[in-house]
Amino acid sequence: MVNHISNEKVIEVENLTKKFGDFTAVKGISFHVNKGEIFGFLGANGAGKTTAMKMLIGISNPSSGNANVAGFDVHTQSDEVKKSIGYMSQKFSMYDDLTVQENITFFGGIYGLSRKQIKKKTAELIEELQLGDITKSRVGSLPLGWKQKLAFSVSLLHEPKIVFLDEPTGGVDPITRRQFWELIYTEADKGTTIFVTTHYMDEAEYCDRVSIMVDGVIEALDTPKNLKKQFDVDSMNEVFLKLARNIE
Amino acid sequence: MSISVQNISKSFKNVSAIQNISFEVKSGELFGLIGPDGAGKTTLFRTLTTLLIPNEGNAIVAGHDIIKNVKEIRNSVGYMPGKFSLYQDLTIAENLAFFATIFGTTIEENYDLIEDIYVQIEPFKNRRAGALSGGMKQKLALCCALIHKPEVLFLDEPTTGVDPVSRKEFWEMLKRLKQKGITILVSTPYMDEAVLCDRIALIQKGEILKIDTPENIVSSYKKTIYDIKTNKMHQLIEHLKKFPTHYSVFAFGEYVHYIDNNIELDLQKLKIYLEEKQHTNIIIQKATTTIEDVFMDL
Repeated sequence: MVNHISNEKVIEVENLTKKFGDFTAVKGISFHVNKGEIFGFLGANGAGKTTAMKMLIGISNPSSGNANVAGFDVHTQSDEVKKSIGYMSQKFSMYDDLTVQENITFFGGIYGLSRKQIKKKTAELIEELQLGDITKSRVGSLPLGWKQKLAFSVSLLHEPKIVFLDEPTGGVDPITRRQFWELIYTEADKGTTIFVTTHYMDEAEYCDRVSIMVDGVIEALDTPKNLKKQFDVDSMNEVFLKLARNIE
Repeated sequence: MSISVQNISKSFKNVSAIQNISFEVKSGELFGLIGPDGAGKTTLFRTLTTLLIPNEGNAIVAGHDIIKNVKEIRNSVGYMPGKFSLYQDLTIAENLAFFATIFGTTIEENYDLIEDIYVQIEPFKNRRAGALSGGMKQKLALCCALIHKPEVLFLDEPTTGVDPVSRKEFWEMLKRLKQKGITILVSTPYMDEAVLCDRIALIQKGEILKIDTPENIVSSYKKTIYDIKTNKMHQLIEHLKKFPTHYSVFAFGEYVHYIDNNIELDLQKLKIYLEEKQHTNIIIQKATTTIEDVFMDL
């Protein structure tokens, strides 16, 4: 086991299922994630990733099965779940019409931080990300890569145990993508658990373990190294293509 | 020549989006515009499809002048914008019929062109576009862009946010369209798609940095790249960045890509350095250069 990961389970999922009418989007998935782990949650478009993630962050009620996230039950304690996690998505992360500073203050307030804490966190963020002169710029005017790095930091303002990242690097340039992953590494090394989805298969290699979802089911779950061995291929891209093809 | 761009510049107020861009795309060529978000790709697409007027320069697309022959260009090109722009409240069939009518044609007339794409979404033809999955939306948008049998097809980041399997299928569709003689200008932030183009232009901050075949772009890169792997990958990047003669250090799949300032890197010295930093299972080997490596070093 890699040294930043502990044995403590911070996400435990058992037979988690979600039905929409006759359609079953998530078909009884079970897995766990350890504290400090970088867990890659992969799958084709429409495989059920987003639906599963929505249940784990407490905004969608499972049809059946259980999930415990950061020590709380997603059925009965969804508010506690929301307070103990961070969430960032590619589609919505921050308010374009507010400045960098205003966004930090706003989200700090939402997460229940005191003014004093917000002030301290803002100073830390400006230092860490070397924001300097852009703190007064509107978020909408920043390049996508900057927005995403900032959104990641904002999702960590309340020091959550787990952070959920939904395609954080989509469309971002190769260098910024890698800088983003260096931020993820730093955070994981501090003990924060990272739950991340991506369509970049080189990024799957940066995860401690990877699950691949096909048609609502987790078809494979292991370290990138073991998955490549299991499917007898050289890259995660080939693992992914092989899995999706076998299903067709 | 299907597209001939001469010294085009476009700025918005005081922000310059593209500067003095020139390139040519041959008839029947699959030409890739490779660059990150904010590089100016969309501005270039909008200019070439007559939706924006350039501040300077001009371009000829499918034999027409983009400033003088706006109507002719709109009839002879297909454009699939990066943002899904079909009518969400219309069904698949209605959207397609609508675009066919607008261009004074029918679905039947050019059906052979869209057939192998359309059959994949036909089972859902009565579903509203707003309720489709990402992959299906993309296929519908491509059908709508092709329905009037354009000479030139403009595709602005058609695969962003699309999973690897659907991306692969999409590029297979492009290859078939190319065989039918359609010229394609496609942009993408995915470097692995670059190798599937006949020629590519690397674009960054509104300027074209390089134009060539993917093979030539890779083979003209002279620096030696090393694949490095150890038991502590998180710390490896940090430690390599502190190695005195390092030039660049980037995570690259299961390895880190390392380039040294010295042409002849002393591998033993680097290994000892990493061992001193408590790394074990150290692997250092020459890496195969990819388009992504070249791009990151521009």
